[in-house]
Amino acid sequence: MLNGCRALDLTDENGFLCGKILADLGADVVKVERPGGDPSRRRGPFWADIPHPEKSLYWFAYNSNKRGITLNIEANKGKEILKELIRTADFIIESFSPGFMDSLGLGYSVLSGIKKGIILTSITPFGQSGPYRDYQTSDIVTMGMSGILYQTGDPDRPPVQMSLPQACLHAGADAAVGTMIAYYHREMTGEGQQVDISMQQSTAWFLANAIPLWELSGLVLKRAGAFRWTVNSTQRQVWQCKDGYVFFFMVGGRAGAKTFHELVNWMDSEGMANEYLRSIDWENLDMFNVTQEVVDQISKPIEEFFLSHTKREIAQGAIDRQISICPLSSMEDLLNDAQLKARNFWVEIEHPELDTKITYPREFVKSSEKVCDTRFRAPLIGEHNEEIYGEVGLSKKELVILKKTGII
Amino acid sequence: MNEKGGVFNGLKIAAFGWAVVGPLTMKYFADYGATVIRVETSKRPCTMRISAPYKDDKPGLDRSGYFNHFNANIFSLALNMEHPRALEVAKRLVAESDVVMENFTPGVMERWGLGYEELKKVKPDIIKLRQSGFGSWGSYAQQPAFGMILAAMAGLPNFIGWPDRGPLPVGVSAYTDCISPRFAAAALIAALDYRNKTGKGQLLDLSQFETTLYFIIPAILEYISSGREPSRIGNSCPYAVPHSVYPCKGDDRWCTIAVFSDEQWANLCQLIGRAEYIDDPQFDTFLNRKRNEGEIDRLISGWTINFTSEEVMNQMQSAGVPAGVVKNAADIYDDPQLRQRNLFWALNHPDMGLFTHLGQGFELSKTPAQARMPSPRLGEHTEYVCTKILGMTDQEFVELVGAGVFE
Repeated sequence: MLNGCRALDLTDENGFLCGKILADLGADVVKVERPGGDPSRRRGPFWADIPHPEKSLYWFAYNSNKRGITLNIEANKGKEILKELIRTADFIIESFSPGFMDSLGLGYSVLSGIKKGIILTSITPFGQSGPYRDYQTSDIVTMGMSGILYQTGDPDRPPVQMSLPQACLHAGADAAVGTMIAYYHREMTGEGQQVDISMQQSTAWFLANAIPLWELSGLVLKRAGAFRWTVNSTQRQVWQCKDGYVFFFMVGGRAGAKTFHELVNWMDSEGMANEYLRSIDWENLDMFNVTQEVVDQISKPIEEFFLSHTKREIAQGAIDRQISICPLSSMEDLLNDAQLKARNFWVEIEHPELDTKITYPREFVKSSEKVCDTRFRAPLIGEHNEEIYGEVGLSKKELVILKKTGII
Repeated sequence: MNEKGGVFNGLKIAAFGWAVVGPLTMKYFADYGATVIRVETSKRPCTMRISAPYKDDKPGLDRSGYFNHFNANIFSLALNMEHPRALEVAKRLVAESDVVMENFTPGVMERWGLGYEELKKVKPDIIKLRQSGFGSWGSYAQQPAFGMILAAMAGLPNFIGWPDRGPLPVGVSAYTDCISPRFAAAALIAALDYRNKTGKGQLLDLSQFETTLYFIIPAILEYISSGREPSRIGNSCPYAVPHSVYPCKGDDRWCTIAVFSDEQWANLCQLIGRAEYIDDPQFDTFLNRKRNEGEIDRLISGWTINFTSEEVMNQMQSAGVPAGVVKNAADIYDDPQLRQRNLFWALNHPDMGLFTHLGQGFELSKTPAQARMPSPRLGEHTEYVCTKILGMTDQEFVELVGAGVFE
């Protein structure tokens, strides 16, 4: 859908996802790295566990569908070339520290002088302004500053992280939306602008009911681990099964009655429901105000039932009954998942250098007009230098010199 | 309401979406000027309207803090789609709309006579966005899609927890609810631009489950590469040490510290008055520090516990060491950075009083998001939408009111 648009993607791992989304929607996204390759290529995990800049799985994950060039934008000649590229671009996406682009003489006013209507999307930990602007961070720090970390973990231990970085993804996805809003405006009016993304703010954007709960009730949501806290009880949400874990939270009243009914019938059909479970009027059970004793009495047979089944059995049983119970998927489960297969979610992409194909998500949206597939793997270092610099009129001879002088 | 300009001025969206995913997706459009008309009914109110907390703890469809936090700038049209005459009103709305959004279990809109093929008959270049839990087809398509279930299906709890304990849910229970709206909004704007240029509408189909998987791609690739499933590693990080959450002065107060380089380590040692650790053979290299990570965590905890989390953050940041307060909801509410950047909008709501509505996560320099009106009471804009947007005469409107369509 965005065919004909071009983005220059100068981001490190904090901003990859933005360009990935635009590329999937059809834009020509050119990853601009420093000569020798971006430092984010040193980030693991690596293909076959071999640390190598051409084998970073993090790089692979979020740079597919992008082409790649190398350019030293701090050198004068490099800046000149960047300016030539900017004339061909609609978006510039960057994740340098606030003020860095300005210090290179590449602030927004300069950029918009080069290309009228250009959109500059900047992704930083805390944004381009404000008291935390220059703070140093990493994923655990940002997640802590966004409110998610505090609510995650067991009550008897410190808050615990999600070990796969997340703030950069909230920010990257938000950046794609912000960039598209700016693009829509430009297409309507010709006016470009800056999109200022804060990883902290994009992540704090959704804390479910935590903010209204604090404002209206003065309650601070705390971490509850594998449980849910209600007025008079704690209720298990994570259960063990034969070969893994099952997620099931006990919703009361009309909303949860169907799941309870079906679950008890299921248990009954295997002789695992007791008289107590069969006697409960689920429609009128208020799980939010029940006592611990009732919760324990309900939980015990359910616990035994889950323990006697495998993940696969529980998954299938829940689907057959259309009820809200599911096993925790492993990576292997996801790659074999029936629903994802039915929707043709996975796609194999060639990596000739590794002499292999690697499975990726195919597309995040199915459009009746345009295919949004992942089409090709992330770029090698400087892979498209000749192609792209050729487009702005640099000869092969010039490229040799630029390479020798460390510009590309 | 204030009719200030916005990027999407003039754009109309018929929003049948509900729960969290619907409003969060619409929000990107409503906050930038689109007329987003939410179709809802008191016969089967949105789950958020019947979710705590309530103003003064008194339940009521217009009193939910959860609902009202997320629905600023949105119009509410009360329309009971089960009523025999509702379809004609809905079709008139579709005829005036650029976009129809929904995130119901697949089949609901079709049952109402509002499937994509029907919509096209009413408005040939309509863009329809579907965003159900698992996508519009496949064996799980009809599965209920609570956020916590989706997160487990997508494997997120594998990454959360301690080596000696089981996996844990993400602390924000409906975590996945904020993921698909971003992908959906980006795709929808691209589709609008495409329509403006080609005259063609389209159907966009997203699955909340699938978009969530975009947040774990590196782990999928790692499994493919090495056969290794994710493991629970507490607060450690393979590339940093110290890297954890440290106790601070006060009740349940914590600060993160994450050291990725020798320089940051040296700065930290100076700060906590232990310069001798810099060259100590136990701690002098990354590998030696990793080997003695437990000891380092004990040493640092012994220092951080003497200060408030804000003091630890400020001192560490001044020394060039990444660190931050582990903020709870009250801290986020008062966060100076987020306040300066207008994450929250205080708007006067008829039932809530002055109440905090969610703003946007980012800033656009020329066309900022605008807080134009508070979250709607159920059906607040029914008359406005019918008479001003759909062009009903007063008589028509009154007749339909009498027939009980707008409930």
